[in-house]
Parts: sequence; structure tokens; C-alpha cells
Amino acid sequence: MSSITLDAIAKSFGKVKAVHELNLEIKKGEFFTFLGPSGCGKTTTLRMIAGFYYPTKGSIKFGEKDVTRVVPEKRNTGMVFQNYALFPHMTVFENVAFGLKVRKQSSSEIKRRVEDALKKVRLDQYMMRQVSQLSGGQQQRVALARALVIEPDILLLDEPLSNLDARLRDEMRTEILRLQRDYGITTIYVTHDQVEALSMSDRIAVFNAGVCQQIGTPKEIYNNPANDFVASFIGETNLIPVTPAAADAGTIRLNWNEDSGKSLVLHNYHQGKWSELSSQPLSVSIRPEALEVLEQPAGENTFEGKVEMAQFTGAALQLFIRIGSRLVQAMVLNNLTLRELEEGDIVYVRFPEQHMRLLPRVMGEEEHEE
Amino acid sequence: MKNKELRFTLLLLLPVALVLFAYVLYPSLRTIIESFSSKEGFSAATYDTFFNSESKSNLEALWNSVYISLLSVFLSACIGIPLAFIFNKFDFPGRGFFSSIAILPIVLPSLVGVMAFMFLYGESGLVPNAIKDLLGLKKVPFSIGGISGILIVHAYTMYVYFYMTVSSTIRSIDPSLEEAAYNLGASRLTVFRKVTLPLLTPAIVGASLLVFMTSMASFSAPFLLAGGFRVLSLQIYFSKVNGNLQMAATQSVILSIVSIAFLLFMRWYQNRKDYRMSSKGIGAHRSEVKNPYIKWTMVLIGIFGVVVLLLPHATILLLSLVPDGTWTWQKYPTKFNLNNFLLLFNEPRIWDPVRNSLLLAFIATAGNLVFGVLTSYVLVKRKFIGKNMLDILVMLPWALPATVVGMNLILAFNEPSVFTFGNILVGTFWILPLAYFTRHIPLVVRSTNAALEQLDDSLEEAARNLGAKWFYTFRRVVLPLVMPGVLSGTLLAFVQAVGEFPTSVLLYTLSNRPISIEIMNQLRMFNMGQAAAYGMIQISLIGIVLFISNKFLGVKAERSL
Repeated sequence: MSSITLDAIAKSFGKVKAVHELNLEIKKGEFFTFLGPSGCGKTTTLRMIAGFYYPTKGSIKFGEKDVTRVVPEKRNTGMVFQNYALFPHMTVFENVAFGLKVRKQSSSEIKRRVEDALKKVRLDQYMMRQVSQLSGGQQQRVALARALVIEPDILLLDEPLSNLDARLRDEMRTEILRLQRDYGITTIYVTHDQVEALSMSDRIAVFNAGVCQQIGTPKEIYNNPANDFVASFIGETNLIPVTPAAADAGTIRLNWNEDSGKSLVLHNYHQGKWSELSSQPLSVSIRPEALEVLEQPAGENTFEGKVEMAQFTGAALQLFIRIGSRLVQAMVLNNLTLRELEEGDIVYVRFPEQHMRLLPRVMGEEEHEE
Repeated sequence: MKNKELRFTLLLLLPVALVLFAYVLYPSLRTIIESFSSKEGFSAATYDTFFNSESKSNLEALWNSVYISLLSVFLSACIGIPLAFIFNKFDFPGRGFFSSIAILPIVLPSLVGVMAFMFLYGESGLVPNAIKDLLGLKKVPFSIGGISGILIVHAYTMYVYFYMTVSSTIRSIDPSLEEAAYNLGASRLTVFRKVTLPLLTPAIVGASLLVFMTSMASFSAPFLLAGGFRVLSLQIYFSKVNGNLQMAATQSVILSIVSIAFLLFMRWYQNRKDYRMSSKGIGAHRSEVKNPYIKWTMVLIGIFGVVVLLLPHATILLLSLVPDGTWTWQKYPTKFNLNNFLLLFNEPRIWDPVRNSLLLAFIATAGNLVFGVLTSYVLVKRKFIGKNMLDILVMLPWALPATVVGMNLILAFNEPSVFTFGNILVGTFWILPLAYFTRHIPLVVRSTNAALEQLDDSLEEAARNLGAKWFYTFRRVVLPLVMPGVLSGTLLAFVQAVGEFPTSVLLYTLSNRPISIEIMNQLRMFNMGQAAAYGMIQISLIGIVLFISNKFLGVKAERSL
């Protein structure tokens, strides 16, 4: 087990910058997730840690040891590939034993440890099968056992669940977490699935376009996103581009960019934070479940809107409400208090101050309209 | 570390590049140089003679080669394409059997096939004479020879290219494409013209290319059947035998230019459009033939086809059972026994060519195996500048007619060179293995490429991640996985080397005659029984290899092309 330090690493392929300068520290035993859309640089970073790419700049340390230019076979990392990369000409046993054979373990030792690892992933009765005879979930577990049996310092998982169907995915998620806790191993998990990231990780790094946008615990990232990209990539959110109109004594008035006459007011805004933000383009982010949908107007930050679409999802009612030129999404819990809302109804939408986040705007306009 | 990877690539690349330069590029360059050099230094005199000579024999040969090749393409397409449709679109009794018989011509080595046709349909052939006697005619009703002979042999052996490529494409066409066209209101004919045929373009272009280049290079058929008819591949041989090396070189250059020009033209034609299917084929539906008359007519035609296709093989078998000297003036052979085969195993003089061929082919193919795997690995799995160049060099021996490859080696190695450690190779044992090796580089590299491309990079990465060094990974993961593909290519190269005629006839030495040369000699002495016995050995070898590939290596016969 060891910690990992990425010190200003960058990677270019020809003229394309896959990863911009990245600084990261992953603690011993931590479950750390790289999250982002495809092509964001998360897999490239993982492959640099595994040694399949060498960074163009910067250095990588495992614990105190600089491994930037160490060949992959000397790094003692265990990697689970997206397609599992099981050796098709070997049995389950031989696959798991491969790393131990390379390490010149005695055959009795190999047998003991392989059996042990297969027991841990509950595949001991499949030991002598060919890997092609296993189901997707079982192959996944063989890949995990093969990576773990060598007792690696670091476990690397490259979108390991993306080839499984939804039900198996839930099961494997728990399985991976259980194994990680069992072995207490430093783990890096790459995924584009925010649910996986939020539910499994100790900490998450959110990537976009080769740049790490934010590092934090799942709660921090969901509740206090660093910018509008993080806010919209993790969960659903409403983003409203705004321009500050007046700011004094902690009270800020923000005009909607697209609807003149509409504005949001924030009281008690942190002075230091404001001075950091005020010079950048800004958006207000608010989650659908935080919006209050009312039948009567109720003071500040409340707008009249028309229901354009109402979808009943069981636990909640999902509403798309037109406010001026903007369509906002609201979610009302199905607690039987609200009257039946239908398309065309006029409602009042309140933006509670404690749920609004004022964020720097990094995405282009077209990216908002998904 | 980046440098370490690069150094390693270079280390692998060096022997590959060296061998390709020494035995593929350098000999080709020597031929070009030779074609321009006379005793007085640089001269284009032979090109002058080629295009302006009064006898016009060379121009005539060039023209004959081209138009025989075009006709061969046309005839092969006329047989192969309809057959592919019938076998893949309709279902009738015996379909599976007929369709597997349809690829049998490839089991016949070219020289042996031509020989079979001579004895079947030639002036004194069995079929024309049988028809004459049965119908009481005064003269044989037909016989092949000259152009017609060459064309018939070409059509028989080369329609298989069309049949196989078109069949496999028909099978890969998603039936829903045609169904979509019907659904949009297209008639059967429109669907065929606008959907099916365009999708077959790559297959037809590919097969045309193969047939054209094979006919341009064809040597055995004109050699035995041409009579006074001239073709370019044969002219090269005559020039060489007459000692006019400069002319032979010139003719080689021109023949190569025509072949390669056609290759480039076809590539260009094919790349104008994208024919890739977006969906994977889900097995074409075959419609069952319901009408009993049509059904049984098709079966009858099928049986007739099988007989025609198998006649050459049967003829070789029959001839091999005719003892020497018992079929001279008689119209039909009268005596049959296993004498020829007994002689083969008891008489060292007669066994020697077989042993020679096996040894030569073994050496060449062992070289192909090692070189092919290394080259293919470098081409598929390593990144470096100049990969395209290397790829072209690898494919060059495929694009060059066999006669030209032979000439290249003669012109390059009839004098000492660094690549032969200062030895003259021509006239020694080693020139033939080298020729076979060079000829079959593309075959082995391509079949290995196909296997390696199937191999996901992540397997190698997984092995290294688990701590295995490159060589261990290569030995324990890469090699075992690609071995079936590699072996099927190598085995095919082996049998082709055993049957190889055009380069053998240019390069053999008296003390080291391969089978094909001995077949030729026996034919000259009218010992067709012995010649046929040699032929049977070649046929059985090919049969065994195809069987092994199919059964144990999981490679379909049609893929081995």
C-alpha cells in the first residue's frame, strides 16, 4: 500500500494536450475516483500511473519513490481493464496465477494464494474453467482477483463496470468496495458514471478537457461545485447565467442575462469569496429538488412560471417550468400536499438562498442546452 | 524511458528492415539497373528493342499477356459470381456438399493442374477421344491448346477467387439492407442493381485484381500449353535461357509495371467509396427452392459441375497408376498398378526430388515463420516513422510476378554481395530456399497480421502490469494466441513452396532438382505416370494442410487465400 503524488504532470499526443498540468495527492488506502466525460484525460492519467504512458512533463511518486520513468512491470500496480483483458488461452486459475508465476513464487504458494483470491471473489468453484465459459460479471471478478493476488501497492480500475448490465453493476459496486476495504488498498477508479463515483469514493477528481476541475469528497462536490461544469456533470441542476448589478454590504443583486427585469438577490454573501468571483462570468446553480414550487407568490426570489411538462416518476413529480425565456427543472416530492399540477398551470417558483450557488461560468452557452 | 521504448522498437526493426532491403528491394533495384546497362554503360537499348523491334515479338507478348489476363478476369467472374449467388441465396439438396467442392481447384498446384488439363482435353486427351469414339466421329470434336487452353485453365483455377470473396461478402451483408429496399418499394432487379451489387464492389474488385495479377504472372499454363503463342512471363524465361540478361531484366521491369499499375488502379477505384457495413452480418437468409423441376435441375447441374471440377484430380490419380511405357500408342491406358508410387519410395533417384523439395520448402518456411512473426509484430504493435514504406516492401513480392522475383534474385546474386557474405548464390543450393522465402513473405506476414490485429493491446498491457517482462509476455501471451493464424499461413507457404514452379525453373541446379522440375522432366520423357505420381504427392500435401488448418487451427479454407 502506498500513497501517490502527481506533481504537475502533463501529457501531449502530438499537438493534442490530453492532460494539462495536474497536481494530485492520493492518500494511503484511499478510494479515489477520476470522474469525467469521455476524452477528458482521466484514462490517460491512469495509464501514466500504470506506466503505459510516460508524462510529457512532471513527476509521479508512489510513497517517497519517484516512478515517473519506471517500466510498467516494475511498478507493482494491479490494474483491471475496461475489457478485463483476461488471457483467453488460460484457465481462470492460470490467469490469476500469472502475476505470481512472474514473481517466481513456489507452486504450492501460488496454489494457496490463487485459491485464496478466488475464494475472496467467490469463484473458487470455477478455478479450472476457461475464461470464455464465464459470464461478464464472473470475468470481472477474475480480473479483480488477478489484480489483487499480487498484493499490489495500488489498485487501478479503468471503467470496470461499463460492460456490465445495470443489475450486475450494482452488485459489482458493492463487491469492489468490499474487496477494497478487505485489502485496505490504495485504489484509483476511473469512471464517467457520477452515481458510481458518488456512492463509492472517498474523494473524487472531476476532469474536463484535460483539466482537473475540482477535487473533493462526494458531498463537497455535489453541494459545493467549483464551477458550472462540475455542477451540471454531477447530478441535475439549473444553471442561470447572471451579471451582478449591485453589491454592497454582503447583499448582491444578480440580473438574469437573458431576461431583463428578472434578478436574484443574495444576502449575507461572503465578502472574500465575492471579491474572488466578481471579475468572472457567473452562473447561478440550483438543484431541481431545492426549488420550491408554490401556488401563491411568496416574496423575494420568486418568479411566476408556466408548467410546460409534468412527469410523474413515482417518488416525485418532475416539472419543466417556463420562466420568461428560460426552462427550469424542478422536482417536487410526492408527499400528497401539492395539488395535481398539469401542463399549462401557472405556478410560482422560489429560489431559496441557502441552496443557490454562485459559480464561475466555464462552459459555452451551447453546452447548457443539453 | 521513452528512449528505451524507441531503442527497443529499433532493435526489432533492424533485422526486419535489413532482410527486406537485402532480399526484396536490392534485387528489384538490381533488375532495374541491369535493364538500363549494357557493355558500354547506361543505355535504354533494350527498351528500344522492346517497343520498336521489327519482329514485334515482345510487344505481341505484352499485348497477349494483358488481354489473356482481362479475359481470364471476365471468364472467372462469369463462373464465380453466379455460383456464389446460387450457393448462398438458395437452398436445395446437396448445397453444402457442392459448395465445398467448388473450392477444390485450389488444391491443384498450377503445374499439376495444367498437366491434368493437357491429358483431359488436349489433342490426344481422354475427353475429346472418348466423345469421338462414343459418337463415331472421324476427328476429335474439340481440343484445347494455345490461347483457349490457357484461358480454360485460368478460368478453372481462378474462378475460385471470385467465388470465395463474393460468397463471404454475400454472407456478411445484413439481410435487413435488402429488406429495407424492398420495404421502400424497390423491385427485385432494382434491389440487386442498387443495393446488392454495389455492396459487392469491394469483393469483385479484389477478386478481379487477384485474377488479373495471377494471370499476368501465370507461367505454368503458357509454359505447357502456349505452343507458339507468346506471353511476357514466358518471354522472360526464354531471354534468360538464351543468356540475354539485359532483355530479361527489361521484360521483368515492364511486366512488373503493368501488374503494379493495375494494382494501383484497383486500389484507387475501391477507395472512391465507403462500402463498410455499419452493422454486423447476421447470416443471409437462403430461400428454399420450392419448384421441384427447378430444384432437381439445379441438383443435376450441381452433380455435373462436381464431375467437371473433380475430373482433373481424378485424371492425375488415374495417370499416377499407369506404369511407365504401357501407354504409348494405345488410345486409352490399359494397365494400372501402384508401380509409380513403389518406385517413388524405393528408387532414391526418383525419391530425391521429393526429399529436395521438402527440405528446400522447410528451410524457406522456417525462415518465413521467424521473419513473419517478427515483421508482423513490428508492423501491428509498434509505432515508428516509415511504417508505410515497410508495409509496401513486405507486399512487394506479392505484387511482383514469380518470374520477376526469380529474375531479381538471379541479377542480384550472380555476383558476390555483402548480403550473401561475399558468396555467389546463383547455382548453389541456397538460391532456391531464398527464392521461396522471398515469394512467401507477404503470405505469412499477412496471416500473422490478421491474427495480431485481433489481439487487444490490453492483453499485453495486463501482462506487463502483472510484472511480466516483454519477452515473457511475448512468449506466454502473444505467441500462443496468434499461433493458429501464424501456422495456417506458414503451412500454406510450405505447400506452395513444395509446388513452386516459375522460380524453380529459373533457379534450380542439376544436383538439387525440386519436384516441379522433375515433373517437367518426366513429361518431356513422356513418363506421365511418374509425373502424375509426383503430382499426387503435392495434391495430398495441400489437402492435408487445408484439413489441418480447418480442423485444428480453426481457419476456413477461403481465409487462407
